[in-house]
Amino acid sequence: MTTARALAAQVNAGASAAAAVEQSLARAQGDTLNAIIRVHADHARAQAASVDARVRAGERLPLAGVPLVIKDNLLLAGAESSACSRILAGFRSPYTATAVARLESAGAVVVATANMDEFAMGSSNETSCHGPVKHPKDPTRIPGGSSGGSAAAVAAGIAPLALGTDTGGSIRQPASLCGVVGMKPSYGRVSRYGAIAFGSSLDQIGPFAADVADAALALAVMAGHDGNDSTSAQRPVDSAELPADPLAALRGARIGYVAAHEAGLAEDVRARLELAKRRLVEAGATLVPVTLPHERYAVAVYYVIATGEAASNLARFDGVRYGHRAEGAKDLGEVYARSRVEGFGPEVQRRIMLGTYVLSTGYYDAYYKKAQQVRRRICDDFAGAFAACDAILGPVSPTTAFKAGEKLSDPLQMYLSDIFTIAANLAGVPAVSVPFGADRNGLPIGLQLQAPLWADGRMFALAAGIEALGR
Amino acid sequence: MAITEKDVRHLAKLASLGLDDAGVARMARELEAIVGYVNQLSEVDTTGVEPVANVSGLANVTRPDAAGPMLAIDAVLANAPARNQNAILVPKVVER
Repeated sequence: MTTARALAAQVNAGASAAAAVEQSLARAQGDTLNAIIRVHADHARAQAASVDARVRAGERLPLAGVPLVIKDNLLLAGAESSACSRILAGFRSPYTATAVARLESAGAVVVATANMDEFAMGSSNETSCHGPVKHPKDPTRIPGGSSGGSAAAVAAGIAPLALGTDTGGSIRQPASLCGVVGMKPSYGRVSRYGAIAFGSSLDQIGPFAADVADAALALAVMAGHDGNDSTSAQRPVDSAELPADPLAALRGARIGYVAAHEAGLAEDVRARLELAKRRLVEAGATLVPVTLPHERYAVAVYYVIATGEAASNLARFDGVRYGHRAEGAKDLGEVYARSRVEGFGPEVQRRIMLGTYVLSTGYYDAYYKKAQQVRRRICDDFAGAFAACDAILGPVSPTTAFKAGEKLSDPLQMYLSDIFTIAANLAGVPAVSVPFGADRNGLPIGLQLQAPLWADGRMFALAAGIEALGR
Repeated sequence: MAITEKDVRHLAKLASLGLDDAGVARMARELEAIVGYVNQLSEVDTTGVEPVANVSGLANVTRPDAAGPMLAIDAVLANAPARNQNAILVPKVVER
């Protein structure tokens, strides 16, 4: 498939954005994976025409005519966004998310909305009110989650770029399982304005792409301060430029690894990680053993902090101002209670209840405050590790794509699929999943690179080197 | 520590979630398993550790106190389940 960079170069040189967008629209309409839940044909045609007009008028746009798929928790003015929840059925946004608006200003064209786990709560894309997404290589398997539709859309060639959100691995895990690049930026690098909130101290919007350079380009376009998100950073944005020779960045680089990560990995995942480490040394990098002693508590910390924040964020869905309202409620309290129990699916209800528990009187100190303190320990672990290395290489997911239904009935097992991805969200550091081969069944394996806060650009340069080593 | 159905009913009230009896029983089982897992946090010595609320070093972000553009009222109210002109309709709140 043509990269976003190559496509933009063609359109900037006079090729038709409208034609590129028609091709992507046709693929989105022909989607057989349930990755796409909504096609924005009218919007896309108007936006493509505007890109063609801007190029004819002499503008050169970094993403000219590049089709873009967005996750259903990102807002596009006038279009439906529902976070794949019945409680937001029919909701039409009065405004566009900053990240989406910036990509469109740079010439990208939103063609469709991707399926996802309801409110981004899930690791298999099976909790969506629109039904599960199928893995692009094996329809009996899951694509990962929660941004499963976005990952599958790029893997299936529906669009070269997609957006997801990552609260505990929701971009990196499906990217790994589907064999594409997926990146979670430093916390605060990308504005969250127009992203339907899940865990506000953890959520980041990030790109899916077919290669590292496209992901770096998308991030450079959407990153930067936004007055509509007070947590977006007022720091200069890294250039999207990567070294012309991807292996050059690896020479002399100090790549950390955590020996404890190897326990519990599927055999083929462990073998690919070992291969990557050998090839890194051959390429001139130095491997540095590091430890993250409190990483083993990350899942427990996460399921206190993320659910506490989710219970607070999702309190706004009450059947009053927008979304689903229960019929025939006799008073306002009943509108709230019945609209919410009818509108939220089982996993979302579970997390609201858990979050309410950890924030309730008598339990706050034992759970929420305790989790915030262990979170500090995890942040300190990363600071210690990054004093000795430039980035940490490790697994994304302990296994390749698992079978549909395999973990759905056991919430705790599902939560543990994110064991390697959650710590980056807790520490706020950037992390990326890079494809690195496949298992014996041909299912993709991704490797994770985590870097210090604000080292997003340096991380991409190293990730491009690892991508080259994996080819 | 056991999470009883009575606890779940109290939480459901706090969370405005109208669970039925089957939902309460299922939730008590599931929460118990997850809270059991989360309890491992008590192993970690956190004496004197400052809790983290923000990881990117921000404090007291403010903006100028100036009027700015706002969303179009019609576009916003178009999403209301029940509407009367520029107001959202709900069932009565106070019983007379």
